[in-house]
Amino acid sequence: MTPWLPFEWIAAIRFLREGRMQTMFIITGIAIGVGVIVFMSGLLSSLQTSLIKRVLTSQPQIQLLPPDQIARPLRGGRPGEIEDPTIQRPSQRVVSIDQWRKIRDHMLAMSEITNVSPTMAGSALAVRGDASRAITLSGVEPATYFNIVRVPDYITAGFARLASDDIIIGIELAKDLGAVVGDRLNVKAAAGVPVVLTITGLVDFGNKGANARIAYVALRTAQSLLGVTGGVTTIDMTVRDIYAADTIAQRIQAADRVQADSWIVTNAQLFTAIKAQGSSNLVIRVFVGLSVAFGIAAVLVVSVIQRSKDIGILRAMGASSGQVLRVFLLQGGLLGFVGSLVGSALGAGGLAIWHASVRAADGKEIFPLLFEPSLFVSTAALATLTGLLAATAPALRAARLDPVEAIRG
Amino acid sequence: MVKPAGAEQVLRLEKVCKAYNIGQPAEIEVLHDIDMTLDRGQFMALTGPSGSGKSTLLNLIGLLDRPTSGRLFIKGEETGRLGDTEITRLRAHTVGFIFQDHHLISAFTALENVMMPLLLDRGFPSAAAETRARDLLQRVGLAAVAGNLATNMSGGQQQRVAIARALAMNPDLVLADEPTGNLDTKSADGVFELMRDVNRDSGTTFLMVTHNLDLARRCDGIIDVVDGRIVG
Repeated sequence: MTPWLPFEWIAAIRFLREGRMQTMFIITGIAIGVGVIVFMSGLLSSLQTSLIKRVLTSQPQIQLLPPDQIARPLRGGRPGEIEDPTIQRPSQRVVSIDQWRKIRDHMLAMSEITNVSPTMAGSALAVRGDASRAITLSGVEPATYFNIVRVPDYITAGFARLASDDIIIGIELAKDLGAVVGDRLNVKAAAGVPVVLTITGLVDFGNKGANARIAYVALRTAQSLLGVTGGVTTIDMTVRDIYAADTIAQRIQAADRVQADSWIVTNAQLFTAIKAQGSSNLVIRVFVGLSVAFGIAAVLVVSVIQRSKDIGILRAMGASSGQVLRVFLLQGGLLGFVGSLVGSALGAGGLAIWHASVRAADGKEIFPLLFEPSLFVSTAALATLTGLLAATAPALRAARLDPVEAIRG
Repeated sequence: MVKPAGAEQVLRLEKVCKAYNIGQPAEIEVLHDIDMTLDRGQFMALTGPSGSGKSTLLNLIGLLDRPTSGRLFIKGEETGRLGDTEITRLRAHTVGFIFQDHHLISAFTALENVMMPLLLDRGFPSAAAETRARDLLQRVGLAAVAGNLATNMSGGQQQRVAIARALAMNPDLVLADEPTGNLDTKSADGVFELMRDVNRDSGTTFLMVTHNLDLARRCDGIIDVVDGRIVG
């Protein structure tokens, strides 16, 4: 006997080892359940992380915009007359955020916000030879903006440089215009001064529509092109906690005269899908956990019946009901723990094989696989706890066995 | 009945009754007003026909069950006042059990089975417990099979291990419920003589339920139970 192990551990291990067929079957059952949980959770968390990373590195997490321009009817009626004006929504001109530098400084002072960058955005026309295309022009300060939208990560040709006469465009736009890195583009807007810019880089955000319209220039170049000297149309930001973005945006909107949109609102469908995935994963976990718990309980109930004489003799020799209780609780916990180790290995191995066998059309991995150590730790802890809880009823039954009845059988 | 002069009283029963299904139509009293005593060093046989209440009496004396009325004293201590934890502790330290079909725990070896009462008492295995268990196995002539699982021993060997286990805590009283009932004559004789030797050498009190009148006659005395009463 192992000298440092207490009686309860020795008896629990011996009983499990003696009924090795039963033990093997239930551990296999637990392992399959845990394997499904690890596989599903690993798959979904990798997919979510990949999706969120892609979304959050290709757009700001919070964007401040000037408030909507609204028409204000003039009141001219005489007293006692009822007015019923029809108000037409005015067209939204490209206007700067009022006092944007003050707002930017205010944002920089907030501890929840990690990056702030002013942007001048508007529509323009890119012309090269006979080809012309409408573009969405974003004038940015690369030093700060590239911390928010990771343009350099999406560059497929050239590099992410934005001097005053540089432009970075989407790969589809480059195809449409028949342009490559180093070519020059004539860019003009409805107001402002047309300019000739050199293509320094091509970007691919993985979205054909965006790749056909997107164009980045330096902030001053955009201000000049769009005729809003010194102004900015948006202030883009990242936050420390991405899931708190909406709350922070609402707070900013209440405090400053700006409209604040969070990535959660602008990607409502994606966010709903992520939440739905999380919920379905939780439901799967609960039901698999329940089936594992009932499996352990069933095996231990049978074990208590099979071992009732042993329990009776142990009680006759001086075992307390607490010692008997702990022997069976430990068996449940050990089954859960060992099953979770085997199941974690099965789930992780299965996911790795699946990931290696399923590839995108271009042969690349569909998304990077992430194995969070916390997933394995929490799964093992939960399975052990489930085992302990499942063992409670059989263990109580064992502890309450009347030794006389148990010995008589 | 042989009573050592001036010997310490190990067990005393006063007007002990035991009934089942109390307050129900099927209420039945299986033991009626039992008075008996056992002194240190006695080796007594408990006889009687099947269903006479021998096993019930043994369970009461072994503190596995409680009387419906009457008083039961172990080494002068009245057990009726004790709670479950104290009863368990008193049983572990005072009473050893030997059952008809040995009841060794099959997941453990012979040595570990003998160590079990010490392990239960102290919570952890110890070198002292192992030495004590080895000595006892030597005493019952089974040192060679110390490492065998219970399932790998003959009936006689298993019963000898059970005797060694009953002696592990050096109890004052050993209760043996037909310990030779499932053994052939030779093995039965060997097991009886072993218990008798232990009784003589260590002064341990034995109360042995038996249907074998030959063995009963070789005890210090016979307590005969018929219909829940001691008749002789």
